[in-house]
Amino acid sequence: MEDMIFFDRMQFAFTITFHYIFPQLTMGLSLMIVYFKWKFLRTHLVKYNDAAKFWMKIFALNFAMGVVTGIPMEFQFGTNWAKFSELTGGIIGQTLAMEGMFSFFLESSFLGLFLFGEKLLGQRLHFLTGFFVFLGSWASGFLIIATHSWMQHPVGYEILENGRFALTNFSALFSNPWLMPSFLHNQMGSVITSSFVVAGIGAFYLLSNKHSEFGKIFVKTGVIFGLVSSILVVFPTGDWTAKNMVKYQPAAFAGMEGVFETEEGGAEIVLIGQPDMENKRLDNKIAVPNVLSFLTYQSWDAEIKGLNEFDESVHPTNIPGLYYAYHIMVGLGTIFIGLMLLATIQLFRKKLYTTKWILWSLLFMIPFPYIANTTGWYTAELGRQPWLVYDLLRTVDGISPTVSSGNTLFTLLGFIGLYFLLGLLFLMLAGKIINKGPETTKLN
Amino acid sequence: MEIFWYIVLMTILTVYVILDGYDFGAGIIHLFFAKTEKDKKAITNAIGPFWDANEVWLIAGGGLLFFAFPILYAVAFSGFYLPLIMILWLLIFRAIGLELRGQVKNTMWETIWDKAFGISSLLLALFFGVALGNVVRGVNLGMVTDGIAAHDGSYFFLPLWNPTFSPHAEHLGVIDWFTLFLGVVSVVALTMHGANWIIFKTNSSLNPKLKKTVFNLNIVLLTLVITSLSIWHLIEPNPFHNFIENPWMWIFPAIAFTGLFGMFKVKSYKKDGLGFLFSSLFLFGGLTSTVASIFPNVLPSTNDTVSSLTIYNTAAGDYGLSVGVYWFVIAIVLVAIYMFIQYRVFKGKMDDVGYGEH
Repeated sequence: MEDMIFFDRMQFAFTITFHYIFPQLTMGLSLMIVYFKWKFLRTHLVKYNDAAKFWMKIFALNFAMGVVTGIPMEFQFGTNWAKFSELTGGIIGQTLAMEGMFSFFLESSFLGLFLFGEKLLGQRLHFLTGFFVFLGSWASGFLIIATHSWMQHPVGYEILENGRFALTNFSALFSNPWLMPSFLHNQMGSVITSSFVVAGIGAFYLLSNKHSEFGKIFVKTGVIFGLVSSILVVFPTGDWTAKNMVKYQPAAFAGMEGVFETEEGGAEIVLIGQPDMENKRLDNKIAVPNVLSFLTYQSWDAEIKGLNEFDESVHPTNIPGLYYAYHIMVGLGTIFIGLMLLATIQLFRKKLYTTKWILWSLLFMIPFPYIANTTGWYTAELGRQPWLVYDLLRTVDGISPTVSSGNTLFTLLGFIGLYFLLGLLFLMLAGKIINKGPETTKLN
Repeated sequence: MEIFWYIVLMTILTVYVILDGYDFGAGIIHLFFAKTEKDKKAITNAIGPFWDANEVWLIAGGGLLFFAFPILYAVAFSGFYLPLIMILWLLIFRAIGLELRGQVKNTMWETIWDKAFGISSLLLALFFGVALGNVVRGVNLGMVTDGIAAHDGSYFFLPLWNPTFSPHAEHLGVIDWFTLFLGVVSVVALTMHGANWIIFKTNSSLNPKLKKTVFNLNIVLLTLVITSLSIWHLIEPNPFHNFIENPWMWIFPAIAFTGLFGMFKVKSYKKDGLGFLFSSLFLFGGLTSTVASIFPNVLPSTNDTVSSLTIYNTAAGDYGLSVGVYWFVIAIVLVAIYMFIQYRVFKGKMDDVGYGEH
């Protein structure tokens, strides 16, 4: 049975990781495009309009990639996780169907209008189309995280005699205490990605002396959005999310923080160390005493439950994976704040555009928010294992009963090959748009 | 309530077939008819700005199926595992071909991706027909041998084919002579549909030739449709029982035949959009007639032990379905508004859109 779910899990993990490269950029980017367009309407400086149009091209490419890699995500609930779909479809089908109906149509229709309809619509309506694209992409994130939140912290359901879940309270899906913190935390993560991409491309233009006018706008906007979002992702949204874990998934919390045993007089926060699962301890540990207790309960000596307090059957399945995912996310998040803070200081001293090492750092940092967002999701998902629906449905009980692991491996290999080509295509197309740069237009 | 969601789902899927169907058809035309660079450009311009928005209808359909009929979704998607994943691959591969082609100016490179785009379009048209054939024919739900089900519930797994290619074998395959026949019908119909779209949306020099092709293929399609009606009873002994019990349902085949006969006059139409209207009517009528013939079944069982999947035994709970009506009505009104705005802004020919010339 373990072997049988291994390939199913690998396929889902691989396809969702690849898929989420694209939406995490588009959600944040749509907000920044709305900002550029608004700035143009207010200042009438045409360069802001050109900036908005340039980034919408990048958005369109990422949106198309998101669509083609998103269809397999939706299909896999049925193809590989049929039992899960049968049992919970009456509930999570609600939010997934709503996503299709409310956000994708909104996003795709208004994206077309934004890209090709500026002359026909006039500037105010063009701004509005951009705003609707933003609304659609954030609605999509909201509904996916509503689905995710139900799996992490199920609410508004009853379990029928045949084991199926039935919805009893529609509004509970949206007042789920897990939803808002996770949604805001995730959206801030997405804004970080787009900020680093915008700032990084701007730095690229400044360093290569191309499109310098736009380079400055991109670096400045990216740095300000980047600083605000890097702070908000930690406090308050990350803090809320972690407190939800302490409250509702204490074993997962202990696993991600690397707390193997409950400590007397307050728990230390681990900065670095390698989980040693045989001896149930961390090797080469560097830790600061009592800080974890303070961060969690605002009291230096509060007790944090270690993994030893929970039965092994409810321990997260992959504790080292969970621990590393979380620590990579937190480590990178700290670096983001540091870099964006330095860049902001240079911006106010009017030296940012000539401080080469910061520009190089911004360029070099482009991939890292992607890693931080991905490991953040791994933290949430690995923390939930061995459950598909927390405390109610185990992952082994969710797979398709008739699909053999040989068939799953076959399709996993196919996806790997195909996504390699898709990744190549994406890099070529993105490179081409970036290399060509924003087009400067004169307004009539 | 089940009937309401069944109609919604079928409507969304039919819209998807009509919209993405012209994408596939245009790909087939691209494969067989477009010789010059200019013709190829006209075809990609005609579908380039639309294809990913059209695929949104597939996502919407998938989501609504999951929501309203989760048991059908679970049983059918896991049972048709291999063909479904292959459809996903083809959809992705097709998009890669379409978009990657223009990235390098080199004849060999362009030829490779042209073929990738064309062949995956052709296979998709074939697979969707085969899929419809599987739904009509039914499957061995529960994988019953000698009256004993091998799985709980209705779960099954279908290999791509069995050595006999017979739709009457105890252990069926996805591809047999009957489903393949419907696949061919689908390829012919979608090729015509794609040709009509190109005629509608471009001023390509290919258009006069395409009008002739539509006319000729229509003779083939008429022959295929008549043949399929005469062999249908080999699969379903009583294929017209729903129509006899509910005579108003004859409207679906009537729409299909209106579309079919309308296309015979494609050469004389003054308005280029009329051909496309008639092929859409044919697809709408053909699909609705087919699903109406097995109603209320949605996946018939070929054995006597496990009962067929119907809209009633696969639906989600009543409360969920009722509460869904509220948000669905709001959503569909919004979608209609978006569509209206979009088609108002982008009416007319697409030759000058310059798709792919970033």
